[in-house]
Amino acid sequence: MSNSIKPKEKNQPSYFKEFSKGIIKENPTLVSLLGMCPTLAITNLASNAIGMGLATTFVLVCSNFVLSLLKNAIPKTVRLPCFIVIIAGFVTVVELLMKSYIPSLYSALGIFLPLITVNCIILGRAEAFASKNKVIPSILDGLGMGIGFTLALFAMGSIREIIGSGQWFGLQVLPKSVDNMMIFIMPAGGFFVLGCIIALVNKIANKKPPKEIGCSGCPHFSSCTMIENEENKSDCSKTAKEAN
Amino acid sequence: MIKNLIIIMITAVLVDNVVLSQFKGICPFLGVSKKIKNSLGMGLAVIFVMVCATLVTYPVYKFLLIPLEVDYLKTIAFILVIALFVQIVEIILKKMIPPLYKALGIYLPLITTNCAVLGVTISNIDHQYTLVQSLVNAFGTGLAFTLALLLFSGVRSKIEYADIPETFKGVPATLIAAAIVSLSFMGFSGLFA
Repeated sequence: MSNSIKPKEKNQPSYFKEFSKGIIKENPTLVSLLGMCPTLAITNLASNAIGMGLATTFVLVCSNFVLSLLKNAIPKTVRLPCFIVIIAGFVTVVELLMKSYIPSLYSALGIFLPLITVNCIILGRAEAFASKNKVIPSILDGLGMGIGFTLALFAMGSIREIIGSGQWFGLQVLPKSVDNMMIFIMPAGGFFVLGCIIALVNKIANKKPPKEIGCSGCPHFSSCTMIENEENKSDCSKTAKEAN
Repeated sequence: MIKNLIIIMITAVLVDNVVLSQFKGICPFLGVSKKIKNSLGMGLAVIFVMVCATLVTYPVYKFLLIPLEVDYLKTIAFILVIALFVQIVEIILKKMIPPLYKALGIYLPLITTNCAVLGVTISNIDHQYTLVQSLVNAFGTGLAFTLALLLFSGVRSKIEYADIPETFKGVPATLIAAAIVSLSFMGFSGLFA
């Protein structure tokens, strides 16, 4: 993986690369397919999508910053619980701040605000990047990934809100005579729009579509692939037995 | 009382399905739903962890966080308790009931960061359920997760052999199939007016 390679020369371009890779090339949502739950759940309004994206970006930058400082202090064996607790701490900070300053957004995001804790983008970046890299690249990486996530959410939220209710940020965009397709702001529309956007990204990038859900950044990648391998192994042994 | 519990149960399983209408636990829904056998294993492990996690987090909230007036720390406390619990279950199963560990153990680490588990414990508190209601809700949510995974693994085995445009192969096709499955679950939405 390219992101685990440390930049050898500490010049501006490599820092810029750490920042920009998350926005398009390794976009956490549309390319790596991480953090699907908030992507689908709170993108029925463009404003909610931006709120969620920014909250996640804040947590991502802070946790990447702290974890890159603590990378030598945390023992390898208990690193996941440590990561989760630090992330949950920042999530609580966001929760309390949002509750007192933007209560409308707080109630709109609802349960998905505390669930930022288990968003695989944050844990994934902690595991794949912040725990191996220096402080400044980690912050830039978090910022870039966060902005990429926010943009993806914003795109999805805009599409769903405009088609589903004819509005954008609460302003009427489509003429009133056009019937709204309510389905787009309902759960089924979320799956559909995300599927289409990922297909579009594949088309533009002109690459082979990801066969698997992109768990490579997920801390449980190894056990997940173990399930697949286990299954293949048993399948193989079965066919071997049958052959015998 | 009983009627209330039944309503909570049916709401959790059908009306407000945890995966298809609340969008929690999408990662395992897309990742582990390829084969019916795996879906069932994952589903059973989730039901088990959800019920037990509720059994542990509820007292922690009621008798530890509330008296100390630190209920705003529930996110941290719950995720820690769940992580710890999953670890303990893994160790106990490995030592005491090896066959069960062999069947479910592989799914357990995946569950720590499954947002459906943290989600159900937090939403129990948000809805101000009693312990019994919380347990029923947790069981129902686990059942809903299993149902969604099982149904979807059936749908997915058909997609494997379908002739889909090149760009839509893989994840996009899976997501659009999920949209159709989710659409069918919208039919339950008027069950309790």
